Amino acid sequence: MWTKLTKAIAHFQIPADWIGIRVVKETSATHNVRDGLPQANGKSLTIGAMVEVLVHGCLGYAATNSLELSALQAAAETAYQQALAASEWFIFPFRESERPKVVGEYNSPLLEPLDTLNPGEINNLLVQICHSLKVDPKIVQTTASVNTSERENWFISSNGSEVYQKFTFVGTNYGAIAQDGAIVQQRTNNGSHANSYQGGWELFKQDELWQQVEQIGVQAVELLTAQECPTTRTNLILAPDQMMLQIHESIGHPLEIDRILGDERNYAGGSFVNQSDFGQLVYGSEKLNITFDPSVPGEFASYSFDDTGAVATKEYLIQEGVLKRGLGSLESQARAGIPGVACARASSWNRPAIDRMGNLNLEPGTATFEEIIGGIEHGVYMESNRSWSIDDRRYKFQFGCEYAKLIEEGKFTQVLRNPNYRATTPEFWHSLIQVGDAANWQMYGTPYCGKGEPNQAIWVGHGSPVCAFADIEVFGGGRTEEF
Amino acid sequence: MNIEEVSALENSFNQVTQTLISKKREDEQFTLRLNGERSQFTRFNHAQVRQTGCVADGWMQISLMRDQQCSFRQVPLTGDWEQDWQVAFAALEELRDELPLLPIDPYLILPSGNNSSREVNSGKLLAPAAVVPTVLELVKELDFTGLYAGGVVVKAYSDSCGSNHWFATNSFTLDYSLFTTCEQAVKGILAGSEWHESAYRAKINADKKLLKLLAHPPKELPRGQYKTYFAPDAVASLLHMLSWGGIGESDIQQGNSALALLSRQEKQLSPQFSLKENFQQGLVPRFNELGEMVALDLPLIERGMLVNTLVNSRTAKEYGKLSNGANNTESLQVPEVIPGKLTSEQILPSLDTGLYVSNLHYLNWSDRPTGRITGMTRYACFWVENGEIVAPIENLRFDESLYRFWGDNLIDFTTFQEFIPEVGTYESRQLGGSLVPGMLVADFTYTL
Repeated sequence: MWTKLTKAIAHFQIPADWIGIRVVKETSATHNVRDGLPQANGKSLTIGAMVEVLVHGCLGYAATNSLELSALQAAAETAYQQALAASEWFIFPFRESERPKVVGEYNSPLLEPLDTLNPGEINNLLVQICHSLKVDPKIVQTTASVNTSERENWFISSNGSEVYQKFTFVGTNYGAIAQDGAIVQQRTNNGSHANSYQGGWELFKQDELWQQVEQIGVQAVELLTAQECPTTRTNLILAPDQMMLQIHESIGHPLEIDRILGDERNYAGGSFVNQSDFGQLVYGSEKLNITFDPSVPGEFASYSFDDTGAVATKEYLIQEGVLKRGLGSLESQARAGIPGVACARASSWNRPAIDRMGNLNLEPGTATFEEIIGGIEHGVYMESNRSWSIDDRRYKFQFGCEYAKLIEEGKFTQVLRNPNYRATTPEFWHSLIQVGDAANWQMYGTPYCGKGEPNQAIWVGHGSPVCAFADIEVFGGGRTEEF
Repeated sequence: MNIEEVSALENSFNQVTQTLISKKREDEQFTLRLNGERSQFTRFNHAQVRQTGCVADGWMQISLMRDQQCSFRQVPLTGDWEQDWQVAFAALEELRDELPLLPIDPYLILPSGNNSSREVNSGKLLAPAAVVPTVLELVKELDFTGLYAGGVVVKAYSDSCGSNHWFATNSFTLDYSLFTTCEQAVKGILAGSEWHESAYRAKINADKKLLKLLAHPPKELPRGQYKTYFAPDAVASLLHMLSWGGIGESDIQQGNSALALLSRQEKQLSPQFSLKENFQQGLVPRFNELGEMVALDLPLIERGMLVNTLVNSRTAKEYGKLSNGANNTESLQVPEVIPGKLTSEQILPSLDTGLYVSNLHYLNWSDRPTGRITGMTRYACFWVENGEIVAPIENLRFDESLYRFWGDNLIDFTTFQEFIPEVGTYESRQLGGSLVPGMLVADFTYTL
């Protein structure tokens, strides 16, 4: 590949100040079973090149799914024409410093390579999971799926960059729907597609798999007769698999500098955070410590370099509650004058890099799980996201979970169904009263973080311990007698 | 890029089809699907260019079937026959090795028809270099942000029984927002197969008038229930939820649908609410992933009663239903809500005092079995008193059941409909859209 790309760059006949080629080759496999029967099975290969040129401060791009030299040359010419046509109207005069020279390599940690299980063996496991989920006749649907992907990135540029990164991803998703008349309840393994990691089959064939599967089925049925979550203000305790979503929506997105600069206002939205807030804004309680950490082994969005060649390192975005740094690429840092991180990422070869979350983690505190629950006089503990919605400035949110328990006088007393909560972002993070210790820190991920024009869905990782929040509005589901 | 330039893709697709037919063994069946585009994407912020570029992409998906087993391979299609056949043949060989390992699929649908269609919609788009000056010159004094996406989109299907469908369209969307200094905004979409300067100018001029209304200080409303007028774009957002655990037959069968109560006839909607799929406009291919042709007109909800769900052949086989040619996700593609009796002049007087909501944002089921949806108001939304617009509002969160706002609380739909084009570009440019009226609703619940 390097020979082909080096030759291509040498052959380009365009008077650009800088040229880069980013090739992505990704083979992803889907295995999807419902009620023990196959639904979808297959592999997708995508391969192509993103050619980007810098002309008098303007960046233009062209992407092609052919790596033939003639196709790459045509793409370079198109990218050049795009930059030229925009030159009078371009938003910022970028320089080569936004595309620094970098040389290096990254490989996902991997114990059991993806070719060590064949599609028959994978499907057999999924069928078995479906059967194990059906613990009761009231289970009306069982699902089990696994998605794997092997993705290679090559990045080469006219100023000498040569980066190769190879990622191996595994994501599992299984769940059960239980129904009794008009009451329907769903339980999954930590919420939709939350078990997404870098690694191999060792992530699927874990010792606790069958115990988890049975518990999902049992809890789906248990929810049918559970009490509705009460409508009240109380202490809210969130499990790591819901903290993932909470961090993502109400810290990750509002701290994206391209949103703050207005790039996303027509689609994903802006932010309630302003450029002047960095270094000043008290975002939450002093127990809040948020890092951008691309170095966690196995976390879904670990990498060594972003898609423009910036070297990725762990950085604190929020430290002891104070906003320090944004999620901004070298381009956004140059435009906004705000410290950022290596987060220019593209969903594939056919999309340009934009500011994205990578791994965004809430650092552990000191409280054990028992201490957190034991210290709550009245509260609701919630697990596994099922509903999410937040406004375009990332201020007013409402989230729902699959499963909850009532806490009374420091003890779990009963299971609750349809748990939801709502708040505004600053109010919520200032209400953080307890952060669990490293023993209850867990990491999850999602392959579906959507943003950008043209739209891009990208993979991100989030780790967190159990956290407790004071005086939050919680409530239950709809009641058919109300309409 | 014009429509003729995609002929290389068509030639290669047809050659791959014919070669697969000749290589196929007697007990094998296959389907072949193509998705391709040649698109320009130019992104704007503050009436300047943020990013601009072009994408040439295409893939074909080969599904091989034998002995009730099935698997697929999706591989690039470049238009270079030799390159394309090389990857297609490698895929075929892999599939042959894999099929015996897979479980039996009792509801597998084999290709059976022998339909053909060919639809090519030529367009007259802006030249690539003209996009930036044409769009920005008119709005250079405004805070303009958005995306121009234009070019050719191709979808095709063929199979081992001889079906062959080709759909190509040359079209554009300009999806934009205009902001005030207080971050209030007007949303606009211009779409079609021809760029009309006069239409763009007229739209921006109308938007400028709305911007003046948005210049008033925004009103912060307490949570509660308000009579609300939803403009067509907001209605389209609510309607879109029915594609996600709503109108699909498989979702109803598997306990995953918000319309299960309607399906079981335990609840019904307002007799003023009627919904159908309308393929007459030719915006999307009429063939689905199995090469089946969809009816031009499919009623779904008539006078508040569920008369049809979206049923694809697989679901039909599994649950003993009749297929109506729905796509593999049983989602709405070109839905139409039938208009009502509320004229545009009557909107504000009929609303009297309440909310005028132009757009909604980030909708999700808050409790799907009871049809409850949460989301936010967005863009040009106003507080109205005594039939007069008073001020824009600070955005509100709502949480409300469709059984209320399309049920007893539905006052009326407007006499006019608007076409709300699909502007999504995840993985590739999407086609289609919704034809919807505005609607007036009593006691809509806002929660934050």
